[in-house]
Amino acid sequence: MDTNSVIGTTNKKGQVITDARRMMFEAPRTPSFYTGSEVIKEAIRRANVDVMIAYPITPQSEAAALIGELFAEGYVKEYFRGESEFAVMSECAGAAFGGARVFTTTAGPGTMRAMENFPMWSGARLPIQMIVTCRGINSPLSIQPDTLEIAYLLNTGMLVWHAETAQDFYDWILKGYIVSEEPDVHLPLALCCDGFFVTHTKDMVNLTPVDMCLPPYDPYRSPVPCMDMECPPVRMMRDPFVMKSNYISYATHASWQQEVWAAVERSRKHTIAWIDGLIETENVDADILIVSSGTAVSQGREAIRLLADEGIRVGLVKVKSLRPWPGQEIREATKNAKHIIVPEFNVVGWMAREIKASVPNSDRVVCGPRVGGGMTMPPEVIVSEIKNALGIRSAAMAGRGS
Amino acid sequence: MSKERIKIAPEFFEIMPPEYQDLVNRATYGKEDRGWKDIGTAKELIEEHSLCAGCPESMAFRYILASLPNPEDTVMVGSTGCTSLVFPHVAVHNIHSLFGNQNAIASGLKRALTVRFPGRIKDVVVLAGDGATVDIGLDMTLQAWFRQEKFTTICFDNELYANTGGQESGLMQKGFVAKMAPVGKTFDKVRLPEIARESGCHYVVQCTVSKPSLVEKVIRNAVHVAREIGPTYLQLYTPCILEIGKNSMEGLQEMRDSEKPTERFAYKEFVSEPAKQLLAEIAAKEKEKKAAAKEQLAAQQA
Repeated sequence: MDTNSVIGTTNKKGQVITDARRMMFEAPRTPSFYTGSEVIKEAIRRANVDVMIAYPITPQSEAAALIGELFAEGYVKEYFRGESEFAVMSECAGAAFGGARVFTTTAGPGTMRAMENFPMWSGARLPIQMIVTCRGINSPLSIQPDTLEIAYLLNTGMLVWHAETAQDFYDWILKGYIVSEEPDVHLPLALCCDGFFVTHTKDMVNLTPVDMCLPPYDPYRSPVPCMDMECPPVRMMRDPFVMKSNYISYATHASWQQEVWAAVERSRKHTIAWIDGLIETENVDADILIVSSGTAVSQGREAIRLLADEGIRVGLVKVKSLRPWPGQEIREATKNAKHIIVPEFNVVGWMAREIKASVPNSDRVVCGPRVGGGMTMPPEVIVSEIKNALGIRSAAMAGRGS
Repeated sequence: MSKERIKIAPEFFEIMPPEYQDLVNRATYGKEDRGWKDIGTAKELIEEHSLCAGCPESMAFRYILASLPNPEDTVMVGSTGCTSLVFPHVAVHNIHSLFGNQNAIASGLKRALTVRFPGRIKDVVVLAGDGATVDIGLDMTLQAWFRQEKFTTICFDNELYANTGGQESGLMQKGFVAKMAPVGKTFDKVRLPEIARESGCHYVVQCTVSKPSLVEKVIRNAVHVAREIGPTYLQLYTPCILEIGKNSMEGLQEMRDSEKPTERFAYKEFVSEPAKQLLAEIAAKEKEKKAAAKEQLAAQQA
């Protein structure tokens, strides 16, 4: 199929199939006041998705159900509720193996339950898009916002992006498909946001025209054969490698794993072009920088405002893409910083670890503040962490004993 | 996919592997009455198998691939196990992803193919072992049936985990001593054919693969019913001769012994009313076709 030939034609919902660059960068935008879940629906309405498979888990249930409405309206071609996240992610894989553009959403324990599928998606080069509305991982039972699950996704071979706002979310869902489906990438995308903070709050979002949608997915641009019996059924191997305990077998597996990660690297150039860089920076000439992703960035912005009132200048690095990891960009942005503050919504501090591994003189990195289990992160906590790093005494905060 | 698609450009013919040249020239893609009798006379859709010598699973594989009514538009889904060692040699598209998720993969696949190829036949056939079908994958096996997913599930029942070295499985007989059942299995063989019937399968057969003509019949029926009506299930006894202490030559006899009317693999069949009707229609059409051919032949001779 030549996807260029369909540009300018109309789908059965009356949407004009539009060149993605024109749709995302040139078409007029309409400001709209929506919840994060509704924003997911509006992006998928315009994403020309073939198959969506849903499963209930807070806080993504609403979005997953809203896509069902799109199916009922005819914007999504196939939709059903699977039996568990493990099954859903396998059903997504089946649909993607069959050449469909596939979408799903999950969260927290669901992400963990489905985990075996994700390296398989990458290894099979399936450009599925999965929204992860991060929440706590049990136990004890928690449904509150917490980004711990991202730590596990980072090593699956998937592209991993972390949205701060509903606007990021809207644009990245659509742009995500473009990057993910590039023949030299062709990998799944975990598009993460902080559950509730983004999904359940209303925000102004500039939407692309409702009568425009992305070009359809072309499965024959895939670097591996689409499993639809429309291309010659070449026997893939004379002998299955799994049976062999020899150098060739190991080398084949090793090179394929390297190729998956090389594809993650190759996505860099597309990601930079589509989402305007892997990081976003503000005042990086300041001595103190806040570096983080997701809504921890939003809280960082508030902290920066509070500190500015006291005459303390703090810059900001917002990390947008976690895979590919913007190591070089972060190294460059933080080269003059004396203190690198990394606020996070999880107990392990995966972001701080990544940053420490990327910058010289990593004792500059302050691994915190960190909150978990659904705790909010008032900007004052970040302010206090920064003052602490600077050796400034601040009023004692409850429970911190400082 | 038409047979045209697999043709090799003349300029490249010589450099293609000989088995691929053979596949293009002599395979039975598109042959309407293809079946087990083509085995040995035409290029088979399975290249050398990599199973143990005398493994009944290898026989089953060859019969099934020879009997698929529409291999040129069939995608197979496998799972981890001995079958996953054979699939790389099979000349229809096939998917191996994880252990036990085969019916979930097939659900997504069948729906995607239906979206992408409206009005065209695209058969999906799952082929997995009993561990994958009944133990680790049971949830997904049953849920696909509850949802009335239109594909065929074939279980190679060898009553244990063969590929990992002979551990107890849900389809193992009660009392059988195996790895992980050191004092003998304590519960009955899971009655999956009955469960399949109650779960919404429209065509369910349990049999051994001792008779290729029977395998051909049930495969064709199962694929046709799945294509038109809903889920179908075949449970085929393919004993693991290695793990039950038999020799290479004894697989066939083991199947014959186990399919006697009083034995656990006595032929069992459940067919729903709509499936009965469909199979009767197909049989009537075939009969008509044969009669017409006979008439034509008689007219030519007259």
